[in-house]
Amino acid sequence: MPRATARALIELLSSMRFAISLLTVLAIASIIGTVVRQNEAFNAYLNQFGQFWFLFFGKLGLYSVYNASWFTVILAFLVLSTALCVIRQAPLMWREICGFREHAREASLQLFHHHATLTPAVPADTWREVVTNHLAAAGFRFKVNERIDGVLFAAKQGSAGRVGYFFAHGAIVLICLGGLLDGNLPLRLMMTLEGKAPAVGNQLIADMPAAARLDVDNFSYRANVYIPEGRSSSMGVLNIDDGILLQPLPFTISLKRFIIDHYENGMPRRFASEVLITDTTSGESFERTIEVNKPLEFRGVTLYQSSFDDGGSILHFAARSFAPTSAPPLEFEGEVGSSMTLSSAGDEYSFKLELTGFRPVNVENMLESSATNMLDGLLGNGAHDPARRELRNLGPSYTYKLRDATGQALEFNNYMLPLQVNGRWYHYSGMRASQMEPFRYLRIPLDDGSIDTWFGMRRTLFDPARRSVLARRFADRNLDAPDDNTLHERLTAAAEHTLTLFSSGGFDAVGKFITANIPEAERDSAGEAFIKIMQGLAWESWQMAREEAGKPIPEADDSLAGFVRDSLAALSDSTAYGAPFYLQLSAYEQRQASVLQASRSPGKPLVYLGSLLLVIGVFAMLYVRERRLFVLLRHGTMTLAMSSNRKTIDVDETFIRHRDTLAAALQATISPPPQ
Amino acid sequence: MELAPASPTPASPRPAPASPHANGWLQRRTGGDWLYLLALIGGAMLACLNYRTTLDGYDLAILILHVPILTAIGWYWRPFRLLILLVTVLALASINLYQGDLARAEKLFLLKYLLSSQTAISWMSALFFIATGAYWLGLLARSDFAERTGSFLTWSAVTMGTTGLFVRWYESYLIGPDIGHIPISNLYEVFVLFSLFTALLYLFYEGRYATRKLGAFVLLVISAAVLFLLWYAFTREAYQIQPLIPALQSYWMKVHVPANFIGYGAFAVAAMVGVAQLLVSRGLLASRLPAPSVLEDVMYKAIAIGFAFFTIATILGALWAAEAWGTYWQWDPKETWALIVWLNYAVWLHMRLTRGLRGTMLAWWAVLGLLVTTFAFVGVNMFLSGLHSYGSL
Repeated sequence: MPRATARALIELLSSMRFAISLLTVLAIASIIGTVVRQNEAFNAYLNQFGQFWFLFFGKLGLYSVYNASWFTVILAFLVLSTALCVIRQAPLMWREICGFREHAREASLQLFHHHATLTPAVPADTWREVVTNHLAAAGFRFKVNERIDGVLFAAKQGSAGRVGYFFAHGAIVLICLGGLLDGNLPLRLMMTLEGKAPAVGNQLIADMPAAARLDVDNFSYRANVYIPEGRSSSMGVLNIDDGILLQPLPFTISLKRFIIDHYENGMPRRFASEVLITDTTSGESFERTIEVNKPLEFRGVTLYQSSFDDGGSILHFAARSFAPTSAPPLEFEGEVGSSMTLSSAGDEYSFKLELTGFRPVNVENMLESSATNMLDGLLGNGAHDPARRELRNLGPSYTYKLRDATGQALEFNNYMLPLQVNGRWYHYSGMRASQMEPFRYLRIPLDDGSIDTWFGMRRTLFDPARRSVLARRFADRNLDAPDDNTLHERLTAAAEHTLTLFSSGGFDAVGKFITANIPEAERDSAGEAFIKIMQGLAWESWQMAREEAGKPIPEADDSLAGFVRDSLAALSDSTAYGAPFYLQLSAYEQRQASVLQASRSPGKPLVYLGSLLLVIGVFAMLYVRERRLFVLLRHGTMTLAMSSNRKTIDVDETFIRHRDTLAAALQATISPPPQ
Repeated sequence: MELAPASPTPASPRPAPASPHANGWLQRRTGGDWLYLLALIGGAMLACLNYRTTLDGYDLAILILHVPILTAIGWYWRPFRLLILLVTVLALASINLYQGDLARAEKLFLLKYLLSSQTAISWMSALFFIATGAYWLGLLARSDFAERTGSFLTWSAVTMGTTGLFVRWYESYLIGPDIGHIPISNLYEVFVLFSLFTALLYLFYEGRYATRKLGAFVLLVISAAVLFLLWYAFTREAYQIQPLIPALQSYWMKVHVPANFIGYGAFAVAAMVGVAQLLVSRGLLASRLPAPSVLEDVMYKAIAIGFAFFTIATILGALWAAEAWGTYWQWDPKETWALIVWLNYAVWLHMRLTRGLRGTMLAWWAVLGLLVTTFAFVGVNMFLSGLHSYGSL
């Protein structure tokens, strides 16, 4: 019985139960999509789930739930189900909208939840007029049916509410269809039918195969366009399945300038791209500014300010070597986003330097939020700063990676300008071995406004050749009895030993030596002794560094003591710095890049129309109340019945009001009598 | 506007008019109604004249639209007129006291302890707490006086809270003309908004159904919101006015956010009425609370209005997203959860209207619905990341 089967199938598809089951599955699937981060790099999922689950979840399409084929199928079924439901309901609804049900039997009126029988006292020839007036005044439309058992007034109002049903449910179909057009279904179809395939790996745009290039007339896409300042582009990029597809645009975008404005507290205020658009076919061009919330539409493509990046700023560096030789800093320049090989003359090291980022402005809060007074939050205006933040622009910062021959990379984050912390100035350089860790900062203190002295100290302290000279000077200065040769020898030896230890790994190495070689009871005093010696040596190296640089030696004071302490800490940290040089930024020419999103969404008009219909439909369904009032005039009595499509309390009230008004006008008794 | 009557008042204590449909809609307007309309027109004109140089087309359109909208609400629901009047007087008094100088909030007694935004919002919080207590006292001790007090306190709280938000709006412009913006841009501000809308919706039903018994329940959820607000304010110092990031600098915010919070507020009212209904169905407080049919009706009305506004809000959000992010829907966690909330109440309405489902099942559903809504409102910000991270915790 294929016909019966087909009917049963349509019945099932258009049933509300089926639609609700679909909605439930859709809701659960959507929840998964909010819990599993979508469209990340595949490596991230592999790390998170492990090999087995990574493949399993991948098969289920969980990394891109909303584009998964099964999700699309559910959506399609939902469209089908809603459409069938609307079509099936249409004739019935139409009859309801148009018809008055003027053939209702008296017996069926008596079955209405709201019904009453009136026995009027006024003469029967006035009844029709009273009822007609009442219905007209109450805003009913009605039909009069004169028949054997009497005269039936079939009245109704609010039937337009039924139209809301078509609007609301038709809207769902429209919105879903529009969504399917704008989703990546068209793209998938193109990949299947036209053999388009994303290109994987790093390739130049010119080298991309034709299969990774979409047609310029492609009717539905969302692509990113990356344009550095002063350059132009007519190519969008779509990221898909860990690869990319190229989407040519029907025009060329030249970026004249990218603007970021900041508020005083460092929050961004405005992102804007000043662009020149040139139509590829007509050659016409015009200038425009694209901002967040102010997109530009041209030739059916809408351009949005989506993001920004460094567009290849030129950075001028001075690489200051940590090596004991006092070679001048190595000066060179590079473009952000590029990489180069850095190696020393003597082949002690060779690194690949990758310049990864540059930020001209860094606003930070220099004060940790202090404990605030409760009343601060309860009283006063909303402008006062409870934490008494101290916001400061720290100036430009730059990040780079140093990759050694084995491919291991260290990442650095340096600030161009010295920063003042607790009244003293430092150069900050952060280092980390993996993205998971925070940066650990090396703080190089400034002497006379420069880091030269510190580098001089480092050269002196860490140069094995000068160790004995330094140790002897230290002993000379610190020995109370300068003639005691044995003591002098012992102190020199101790200083030399400490220096060797310290050079091999800073205070860490000293600590390890103490733990390994000195009995527990004497460790504290030994530690103190080591620190005293190191401090003395640092003083000595500071003096030597200044002598070498031909600078005068000022009187020792608190600030100097602080400087030496900081220097010593930085010297210790520098042994774990990982790089043989410190890369100082001497100058830069900033070039920004804007990332625009170019999109064509053919489904948008459908979705917007659907949205409008949905709102009208929802309000009509919920707030236009359909009422039907039947008045059957018979011999001596009158039957009154009312029905409504919504069973709310006000239906009771309305019925009672109609009944009582009519009864009053007709001076009628009511049965059943009102409570 | 949203409550435009299709039929005269249900279950109202007021006697039905002698001739209920004698086209008396305009004739039923009292002198107060006309005065209210005149005051609104006058206020709008005054604003137009004083600020015409700074108002752009949108501003002007919105200003003018406010007259019919506020008129419709005030005429349909008369107590609202007094609220508008009081808030206007208090907010203008505060602005007058400030005289363009933020520091005066610390110096002037009236500003410091009553009319600066933070203080007004604190008053709102305190009044909501006391109102909750009063409603519960009224419910348990069957004290009409306590219930009236609760009602009065809730109105006062709404007055102070609304004043607080308006003053905060003004203060934001005192920080800097480029920083000023409507105070519905972060989690702190929208929690105030949520409390206000929930309370207003409740007060509306209180009048419509002539029962103050439900205040005890609805005020609980408002108190919870206020507790969260205070916690959030103290631990994160969230009450400080922050400038708007570029994505939020849009007219859509002014309509998207309030529409959303009418939805959230209505769902919260429905859920608390659902709690009352569940108690009644177990025989708890049954003699003190309205009949189950009334509870069901309030719950339906609240969910209906919530659903209608949530639909609008979601669509407005989509329109805004199309302008700001380049696509009207991209399955951002907030969007997805909004869809889940919408679907949940859509199914609820189908169950009631098409299937004729009634009783505890729907009440449970409304209560659980609030959990889903709360997750969409706060949970997404706490646990999931996405584009809607303005109100992150």
